[in-house]
Amino acid sequence: MARYLLTRAWHSALTLVLASVVVFLGIRALPGDPALALAGEDRTPEALAAIRKEYGLDRPVTVQFGQYVERAVQGDFGHSIRTGLPVSDMLRTALPVTIELSVLAILIAAALGVGAGVVAAVRRGRPAEWAANALALIGLSVPHFWLGLLAILYLSVATGLFPASGFVPFFDDPVGNLHHLILPAVILGTGLAAIIMRQTRSAMLDSLSADYVRTAKAKGLSPRAVIGRHALRNSLIVVTTIVGLQLGGLISGAVVTEQIFGLPGFGKMTIDAVFQRDYPVIQAVVLLTATAYIVINFLVDLLYSLIDPRIRVAGDAA
Amino acid sequence: MTIASVPVAETGQVSLTGRTRVFRRLRRNPLAIVSFTVLAIAVVVALLAPWIAPYSVDQTDFGNIFAPPGTPGHLLGTDDLGRDVLSRIMLGARASLVVGFLAVLTALVIGVPLGLAAGYFRSLDAVIGRLTDLLLAFPFLILAVGLAAIRGPSLGNAAVAIGIAQIPGVIRVIRSDTLRLKSLDFVAAAVVDGASDLWVLGRHILPNATSVILVQATVALPAAILGEAVLSFLGLGIQPPAPSLGTMLATAQQFAAQAPWAATLPGLAIMILALTFNVFGDALRDALDPKGDR
Amino acid sequence: MTTATRTTTAILEVADLSVSFETESGKVSAVDHVSLDLAAGEIVGVVGESGCGKSVTAMSLAGLLPRTARVSGSARLRGTELIGAPETELRRVRGKEIAYIFQEPMTSLNPVLTVGRQIGEVLQVHERLSRKQARARAVELLALVGIPSPATRVDNYPHQLSGGMRQRVMIAMAVACNPTVLVADEPTTALDVTVQAGILEVLRDLRDRLGTSILVITHDLGVIADIADRVVVMYAGRVVERAPVHELFARPHHHYTTGLLNASPTPGRHAGTERLQEIPGLVPVLTTQPDACTFADRCPAASDRCRGEAPPLGTLGPAHLVACWHPVQEADR
Repeated sequence: MARYLLTRAWHSALTLVLASVVVFLGIRALPGDPALALAGEDRTPEALAAIRKEYGLDRPVTVQFGQYVERAVQGDFGHSIRTGLPVSDMLRTALPVTIELSVLAILIAAALGVGAGVVAAVRRGRPAEWAANALALIGLSVPHFWLGLLAILYLSVATGLFPASGFVPFFDDPVGNLHHLILPAVILGTGLAAIIMRQTRSAMLDSLSADYVRTAKAKGLSPRAVIGRHALRNSLIVVTTIVGLQLGGLISGAVVTEQIFGLPGFGKMTIDAVFQRDYPVIQAVVLLTATAYIVINFLVDLLYSLIDPRIRVAGDAA
Repeated sequence: MTIASVPVAETGQVSLTGRTRVFRRLRRNPLAIVSFTVLAIAVVVALLAPWIAPYSVDQTDFGNIFAPPGTPGHLLGTDDLGRDVLSRIMLGARASLVVGFLAVLTALVIGVPLGLAAGYFRSLDAVIGRLTDLLLAFPFLILAVGLAAIRGPSLGNAAVAIGIAQIPGVIRVIRSDTLRLKSLDFVAAAVVDGASDLWVLGRHILPNATSVILVQATVALPAAILGEAVLSFLGLGIQPPAPSLGTMLATAQQFAAQAPWAATLPGLAIMILALTFNVFGDALRDALDPKGDR
Repeated sequence: MTTATRTTTAILEVADLSVSFETESGKVSAVDHVSLDLAAGEIVGVVGESGCGKSVTAMSLAGLLPRTARVSGSARLRGTELIGAPETELRRVRGKEIAYIFQEPMTSLNPVLTVGRQIGEVLQVHERLSRKQARARAVELLALVGIPSPATRVDNYPHQLSGGMRQRVMIAMAVACNPTVLVADEPTTALDVTVQAGILEVLRDLRDRLGTSILVITHDLGVIADIADRVVVMYAGRVVERAPVHELFARPHHHYTTGLLNASPTPGRHAGTERLQEIPGLVPVLTTQPDACTFADRCPAASDRCRGEAPPLGTLGPAHLVACWHPVQEADR
């Protein structure tokens, strides 16, 4: 277990370093003088000189990279060209919205996906499986931003049941907060739910035909115990890793969902930054996403090794 | 084990009968037939769109804005500038397919050789593994954001961003199939006979990995089509006034109350495209599965 | 106690049991009118090549076959009919009245639950023990099947145990509720030869101490010779010969049985001196059960009668039954 985790930790660290190099090189690849790009509107020679000094643009590339990493580790991503605020402050207000939205979406997706996947596997060859498969295929094929538009059009505007846009911080008004987030979270969760459903179904079909399930049946256990304790527990180990890998899709989805529902999160900040050519913000967003992806997948590996005793406890006999 | 591997190796005969079996299985599956038919129609319509669309994409009719579906001359209605929704959907679908194919082609051209190398050469496996990790750390939207920041938004950038994001999936699938094929007797025999690595890869492994590549492509295509729609919707992909289903929805969003059909129909078109690809991909995977139907 | 009850009444009576499966390519017959019985404290061996229907017969007793199986005939456990019994009734029987030991101790145990938990489950379900009581009982059971330091092993996961120990865990799980009938389906096949004897010893010991009736399913005549009181020989879904174990080895009457004996090194009539002989041909896969001897195509003594009329299971000497028109005679051996 220690060896496994060390390898994983080493890989994650390596990927993190490579990712930061890529982002750093990306900034170098900006058209023209990076100082010009970073300066925004204020292009007086003095301003440019100040920026060159601030970002160390007059020094060797390796030194620049060192400085860049040092700043990033301290959470210093410079100032937004558009608002003039420190990027770290903008992230501090935007991130909680995105994190809450994503966590809600994952919870909804896991509940729907695992539930439907189990039903589809257990009711194999019956209408329930057919329905679950069809729903999963639609969930994989529907453009979620369009689903969001329809939801606003037909659920929010037409019935007034849900707010069409806007956000209330959780600690100001928990109920209002959930009221604003539930629809976006469902929309964001449907795609992930479809993927989880298909993975759960195939993992369940595998474990339901496994010998240990036959043993469990032969012991006289109830179907609930056979399916839940024996088949599902093994299937969930597989599903956990899948969810980690889908995180990239979830982040992409969150950006679009926030844009549609007007949520003041990380995604909206990103899109605004692209069109304003707000390079410090874009740079921070790209680096932060990559870091989040790597760290969370490392945590998923950790979790995975905790659920699966074959990794947790190294075999001492056998 | 040995019995199963020998025929594939010695002659092309068995893989040929394998192919006819795949076609037979596909023909027996009604979902495969329906999805293939819809796909064929969609592709033909999209390819011929510039010639068969009732109107040109940017032909405006200000006397006839927000005409509802069923209006004479405008089967699916018109948008905020009086442009024909049906014509724009046909041309938008064309753009979706072009970006989708370009993206998947990019992913395959880069991913397949890397996957083969990772599975075949043990020394390269770790390096390519880290590269895969690195690529995975940049979600396609973030890649597109970065590319748009560097080079400005465009159709090409959208295709590249989606394609790059799909490389890890291709590498993973091809790598594991290469590992499987490498362990089979006929490949081992070729290696023992002194065949060069490139010969073994090109002659024995790649042809046998075709079905896996095909299935991966049918999974990647609908994802790429959805990706294009998202990017264009956000303004990071195809730029107006060029028609795209994504940009159509972005415009329609502002007028959703007046013209709900303009906000509904392009999305439906995207869904039908992606759904038929996904259904056909599932059918193809089942037909290619040597274990029979699951 | 065992010898006294062994020959009296049958605990398990299987009569005319037939099983077929619905498959894509039509119906496949797996078991055809099989009859056998098992007395209290008796060990009966069912022997035959893979695919002869011996495992299917065993699985059908507690309704463990997949949904595609069509089962007819009768299997009575202490007079209670099992075939066609409702699922809730069968669930009460499984693990409590009829317990199973399977071939692959690696895959037959759940990899993510401790062995103590897996043994305890049976007791929680059937004996209504609490989780704590069940765990304590699991430790005792592990000791019973000869696992050293059971108090530590109880918290191990299957992958931490050796193959032989895993099979002992399977046995502990099977005897947890002191079942009337224990079905051991190829209990030693996946194990090293050195470990096999130990497992058979445990089974014999359980019979002697608890009076459990055991049905051993195997393709290995060595196992039969070692442990069984009586033998049922199956071929292509049918019982071809039934006899007490010494009688069968001394005077086999079916040509298939002699073929098996000649192909097997252990029980030793031809051991060492002559080469092992294989039976020519393959076991047929049957869509329907023909009115003929299914062994005729591989049988040295087959006649036209064998191909036109199925031989019934007839008595030949005390407790010795054989289904053959031309049984092997003393002179032929």
